[in-house]
Amino acid sequence: MSLDAKIPQGNMSEKWSAYKGNVKLVNPANKRKLEVIVIGTGLAGASAAASLGELGYKVKAFCFQDSPRRAHSIAAQGGINAAKNYQNDGDSVYRLFYDTVKGGDYRAREANVYRLAEVSAAIIDQCVAQGVPFAREYGGLLSNRSFGGTQVQRTFYAAGQTGQQLLLGAYSALERQVALGNVTQYSRHEMLEIVKIDGKARGIIARNLVTGELERHFGHAVLLCSGGYGNVFYLSTNAMGSNVTAAWKAHKNGAYFGNPCFTQIHPTCIPVSGDHQSKLTLMSESLRNDGRIWVPKAKNDNRKGKDIPEDERDYYLERRYPAFGNLVPRDVASRAAKERCDAGYGVGTTKMAVYLDFADAIKRYGKIEAGKNGLVNADNETIIRLGKEVVKEKYGNLFDMYEKITGENPYETPMRIYPAVHYTMGGLWVDYELQTTVPGLYALGEANFSDHGANRLGASALMQGLADGYFVIPYTIGNYLSNEIATASIAVSHPAFEAAEKAVQDRLNQLISIRGNESVESYHKKLGKIMWDKCGMARNEQGLREAISEIRALRESFWSNVKIPGKVNEMNNELDKAGRVADFLELGELMCLDALDRKESCGGHFREESQTPDGEAQRDDENYSYVAAWELTGNNQWTLHKEKLQFEIVKPTQRSYK
Amino acid sequence: MEHYNMNLTLKIWRQANSNAKGGFETYQVKDISSEMSFLEMFDVLNEQLIAENKEPIAFDHDCREGICGMCSMYINGQPHGPWKQNTTCQLHMRAFKNGDTIVVEPWRSRAFPVIKDLVVDRTAFDRIIQAGGYISVDTGNAQDANALPVPKKDADNAFLAAACIGCGACVAACKNGSAMLFVGAKVSQLALLPQGKPERETRVLNMVAQMDKEGFGNCTNTYACEAECPKGISVANIARLNLEYVQAGMNSE
Repeated sequence: MSLDAKIPQGNMSEKWSAYKGNVKLVNPANKRKLEVIVIGTGLAGASAAASLGELGYKVKAFCFQDSPRRAHSIAAQGGINAAKNYQNDGDSVYRLFYDTVKGGDYRAREANVYRLAEVSAAIIDQCVAQGVPFAREYGGLLSNRSFGGTQVQRTFYAAGQTGQQLLLGAYSALERQVALGNVTQYSRHEMLEIVKIDGKARGIIARNLVTGELERHFGHAVLLCSGGYGNVFYLSTNAMGSNVTAAWKAHKNGAYFGNPCFTQIHPTCIPVSGDHQSKLTLMSESLRNDGRIWVPKAKNDNRKGKDIPEDERDYYLERRYPAFGNLVPRDVASRAAKERCDAGYGVGTTKMAVYLDFADAIKRYGKIEAGKNGLVNADNETIIRLGKEVVKEKYGNLFDMYEKITGENPYETPMRIYPAVHYTMGGLWVDYELQTTVPGLYALGEANFSDHGANRLGASALMQGLADGYFVIPYTIGNYLSNEIATASIAVSHPAFEAAEKAVQDRLNQLISIRGNESVESYHKKLGKIMWDKCGMARNEQGLREAISEIRALRESFWSNVKIPGKVNEMNNELDKAGRVADFLELGELMCLDALDRKESCGGHFREESQTPDGEAQRDDENYSYVAAWELTGNNQWTLHKEKLQFEIVKPTQRSYK
Repeated sequence: MEHYNMNLTLKIWRQANSNAKGGFETYQVKDISSEMSFLEMFDVLNEQLIAENKEPIAFDHDCREGICGMCSMYINGQPHGPWKQNTTCQLHMRAFKNGDTIVVEPWRSRAFPVIKDLVVDRTAFDRIIQAGGYISVDTGNAQDANALPVPKKDADNAFLAAACIGCGACVAACKNGSAMLFVGAKVSQLALLPQGKPERETRVLNMVAQMDKEGFGNCTNTYACEAECPKGISVANIARLNLEYVQAGMNSE
């Protein structure tokens, strides 16, 4: 099958309006007869389910958590970008588009990114109208801050809880539609299979996680808004339940997987403390607005951070990237931290950490506050006290979180941070309409591959999730459903539902009857270690080949020796986890395969064989300017399809933040 | 910070399902690091139980960074345990010492039936939000975000109320099983903002009616909810809820 991205004709800035102006519509009477299934209730899923409910479609929304409000979008801290130019600092739709394409290291589809930038402003309007309490200035207008990879202030925020506030806004819109009877909500349910009839997605098999029963649900279309797959690394900033299962079932039913190896390692996370570690916690990128990152100039310096004098510190980001300094994009900052630690300059007991230091910011803010209060000769103590108050207002919840986890006070000693898996740019391949290669099956938000190329800029994930759900899918799905108005609801007694349910039941029975000796958790940890060591921040051919054979062996062992207690027909958390880990064990291989195929470095994908003399990622546009879309053709056998990327507007150059 | 290891005795509520009779079981765990989170200690215990061919303990958890509101353990008589303004997932083992006995129960409230072990059903909270915890604005109807300035003080107070994570600790802490802090927080957030004004009266009346229907108790001002709230939501929100309710009631006469 050839890949058609269905990019509309015309000038970049007119494509989306032209599309909207010509797209087929579904009249209100017909919308009532059309059913849509939405998997996942994060920013993409909740906004899509709510918006489609408002339009009059009959929607079913599924999530594995006990309430849609718990989806992991809730944990996003820093903010959401929008080309509002409220700061009069030169921002525009074009700039946001340009920064995002460049930030993604020229591996995103221009037309999608342009549309994202175009709808960004309306997202902020919508959220404010819903009552999302963004930070405001004293005049009552919205406040902005700056994020990595940009030189304007376009990020809207609500303290360090922006994702929470946006998700609660979308959740409230969703609950309103539930109350109005347009959306039916299925919490503590997990999608375990896609049902296809005559080549089209027509429903799902879901498992009720409380009773263990399997359920059949019909839909004229199915939307996967199930998030990313960072938990393939075991340790990541994702929630414990975040998984690839829904996307993987789609992949196994014919949906191509795009750029699976593009993962984002976030530079500022709290370092691993020991083998007991179950997850990693992010410290928002917004901290890099004020915090300075450094390591000692001397190797193996065992003094406390505070005791190392100024001239013996290496502010390596400011040194290497004077133009962007501490605000370089995430992939660049992460690699630079790894480089310093690998070279022996790391700090803390494990030596796998660097400092993020607020001492200068505290002094700077303290002086400004003293000035405001007319304290001409304020002593150092007063300045520090005033400065800490300002820092507390900006980042208080993050500092508290750091202290709870580490037991150290970041107002007094510099934070220790290290990169951690955070986001996956790869995902199901979708066309301009967000449709996968399976008709009627869509992927939104982090679950698709589309807008961030090889590296996502900060505060762009929230923007994309909400853009897809509020402003893209309500239009594009009409183009498909307008051809479905004559399709009556298909009874779930249809043989295709029967067969799909049986396949799910057989797999669950198989898993539970292995009764081996090793827990699900131990397999997940082993997979995570292979992925982190060999398909993590730096990759090379030999390591990737080793990883593939290690994953295959681990997968075989899993299916013969995993130990799952309990029964199938009951609440069984270990069985839930086992199904997810089984899917990660297949995805891991595909990620390594993709990383192996892409013999260039770009964004978060760093092939050691392809770097510039000063250690930056070296792209190879001539050979790799494509989206890798993998088709599953057999049992762990894939065929690569390439969607050639055309750059009409932003001409690819060596990305420089110097 | 000095790290240390500890051995602990755990008394944990086990209950097969919502109809079964539950009871406490006692477990021993060894060499627990003070650097672990409380839930990582539970991971260790569950791995131990699996190795011993026993059924692991069911508990709710997801983000493990204190924001999703899913974790919900009643630890030594306090929702989310001994630390102030903290969730179970962010409680770390340095709060305990070698030889301690820790008692862990599910949230206990008529409106939160136990599903299994430490897992409870909190869908009543979703239904309260469905009753009116929103502003009725369909996608695409919004004006420019800066067209309506909101005084910083109101925006800040709305944010403080909106910081609620919906975990239900307030209900679990209350001797009456009251949900007024949860409801008050949402009513306050939307009443403080100009966008929320048009539906302000129907919202509070409908949300309170749903709250009563779900079987939550009334508030008798003991403030246990505020003391145990992981996000420090103030009881001033309950006062505002009462004020909104009375005003709406008078106007609807």
